[in-house]
Amino acid sequence: MMDVKLVVDLNRCQGYAQCVFLAPHVFTLHGEESLLYDAGPDDGERERVSQAAAACPVQAITTDIRPQSHEQ
Amino acid sequence: MSSDMRVVIVGASLAGLRAADELRRLGFDGPLTIVGDEPYEPYDRPPLSKAVLLGIMPPEHATLPARTDLDAKWRLGVPATALDLEDNRVVLGDGDSVPFDKVLLTTGVRARPWPKPEESDLDGVFTVRTLDDSRRLDERLSAGPGHVLVIGAGFTGSEIASVCRERGLSVTVTERGPAPLVGALGGVVAAVAADMQRDHGVDLRCGITVARLEGDGQGRLRRAHLSDGTALDVDVAVVAQGSIRNTEWLAGSGLAAGPRGVACDAGCRAFDLNGLVTDNVFVAGDIARQPHPLYDYQLIALEHWGNAIGQAEVAAHNMIHEGLHRRPHLDIPAFWSSQFEVNIKSVGIPTYSDQVVVSQGSVEERRFVAAYGFRGRLTAAVAFNHGRWLDFYRGLIESAAAFPPDFAVMDRTDPWEVRSSELPDPAILSHGPTVSVTGHLPTERHVEFVSAPK
Repeated sequence: MMDVKLVVDLNRCQGYAQCVFLAPHVFTLHGEESLLYDAGPDDGERERVSQAAAACPVQAITTDIRPQSHEQ
Repeated sequence: MSSDMRVVIVGASLAGLRAADELRRLGFDGPLTIVGDEPYEPYDRPPLSKAVLLGIMPPEHATLPARTDLDAKWRLGVPATALDLEDNRVVLGDGDSVPFDKVLLTTGVRARPWPKPEESDLDGVFTVRTLDDSRRLDERLSAGPGHVLVIGAGFTGSEIASVCRERGLSVTVTERGPAPLVGALGGVVAAVAADMQRDHGVDLRCGITVARLEGDGQGRLRRAHLSDGTALDVDVAVVAQGSIRNTEWLAGSGLAAGPRGVACDAGCRAFDLNGLVTDNVFVAGDIARQPHPLYDYQLIALEHWGNAIGQAEVAAHNMIHEGLHRRPHLDIPAFWSSQFEVNIKSVGIPTYSDQVVVSQGSVEERRFVAAYGFRGRLTAAVAFNHGRWLDFYRGLIESAAAFPPDFAVMDRTDPWEVRSSELPDPAILSHGPTVSVTGHLPTERHVEFVSAPK
C-alpha cells in the first residue's frame, strides 16, 4: 500500500479547521490559526484525508487520491 | 490532444511538478521529460523549516502529490549544465542531452552559503533549503545542542528560531538590519516581529553581523564572533541569509538570465538577451522575473509558493496555446509564515509601499492587519493571526483602492495612524546597468553582458 501524499495551499487556508476535525492525526492547528500537517500520512488515513479534502470550505487540500481509485 | 511536441521541464520541484501536472490535465499527451539535480521526487519546502523541525512530519513525507498520471521520463540526480538554443537541447551534467521543442525553466534558488568555506565546512553549520538540509538539522536539534545561533532573521531564520524555542533550546538570532523580517515587511511591522521573538525568549541581536565562526580544532563548530566584539559559545549555527538563483547554467544561452533571474513576459515566455520574447522557452517559479501591471510593470522575481504554482499553470497553458488563447499571470502575490504560534500572511507586495497603517485589530494582541500604500494607492496587506481578512484586501488591491483606506472596519483598537512604512522607495532602481548595446546597422545591433558600467 502506498502512503497518501497531500499538500495544503496555505495561502487559501483560512483556518476553518474542518480537516482538523475529520483527520486529527494528520492536521493540527498551531496557535490560533496556523495549520500544520503531516504531508505523507500512512494509508490508514486515506479515507479521513479524502473526507478532509472534500470538506475544506476553500478547497485548499490537494491529494494524490484519485476519484474512483481501484488500487490493489 | 495528440502531439509529437517534445516538452522538457528543467527543475523537479513545486513549479516543475505543477507545470507537468497541468500539461497533462490540459490534455497534452506528447513526450515529457523532467530534469532535477536532486535524487528525490519533487517535494514541498515550506514544512522543512516548520513541521519537519517540530517533529510533526518526517522529512521524507514532504513528497508532493500529483493530480494526474504524469507519464513523464524522469532524469533525477543530474543537473542541467547548459541550454543550447541553436540545437534546442538541454545539456546534462552526465554528458547526455535532451532535445526539446518547448522547454520550461524552473531551477529555483539555493541557500546562500556561509561565505568562508573553511568555516561553513565546520560540523554544526547548516543551511535549510533541501530535504537533506532539514533532515540533518532535525537530527542535530534532536540531540539537544547547548546553544543555537541563527544568522539572519528573514522568514526562514525566524521560523527556525521559533522551532528552537518550542523545542526548549536556547537560541540567539543575529540580524544585520534593525529588526526581523524588515526587508520584506518594513520597519513598523518588523518591530512587532522583534517583540514577538523576545517575548518567546529569543536572544535577538539586531544591527549585528557574525564576523567569524570558530572551530574546536577537530572540525566542530565551537564559537561565533560577532561584529560588536562579543563572542558566543554555540554548537549549531543556521545560516539563513537568503538565496541565490540557479541561473548560472543559462550563461551563454542567449537568454536574459542573470543573478536577478530570467526575464520573461506576463505569459512566462522568456526574453532573450536583446529583450525579444522567445517562442519556445518558458520560465516559472523563483527564477522568473515577470512584469506585474499592478506594480508598474516592474520585472519582479518572487520566492513564493503560490507564485510558483500560478506561473507553472500559466506557462503550461501557454506552451500548448497560441496567440489570443494565451493567458497572462496576473495573480496578486501572496505568502504565509508560521512562527511563534502566529500565522503571518501577506497579499500584494509590502515592499512596494511608502506608508503603512494598522487598519484592523491590535498590535499589542498580535492580531491585526497592516495595510500598505504607495503614492496614495493600496498595494499590500499583512495579517498577524487575522488571515481571513486578506481576501477582502486582495479585492481592494486588485481594484486600485485609495490609500489610506477609507472603509469603516470592525475591531479597530489601535489609533488610526498613517506612518512611513520604513522601506526603500520602490521607484528607485537598486542596481546599475548590466549590459551594453553595440553596433550601428539594424542587423549589427546586439547586446552583451558587462560586469560593470563602461
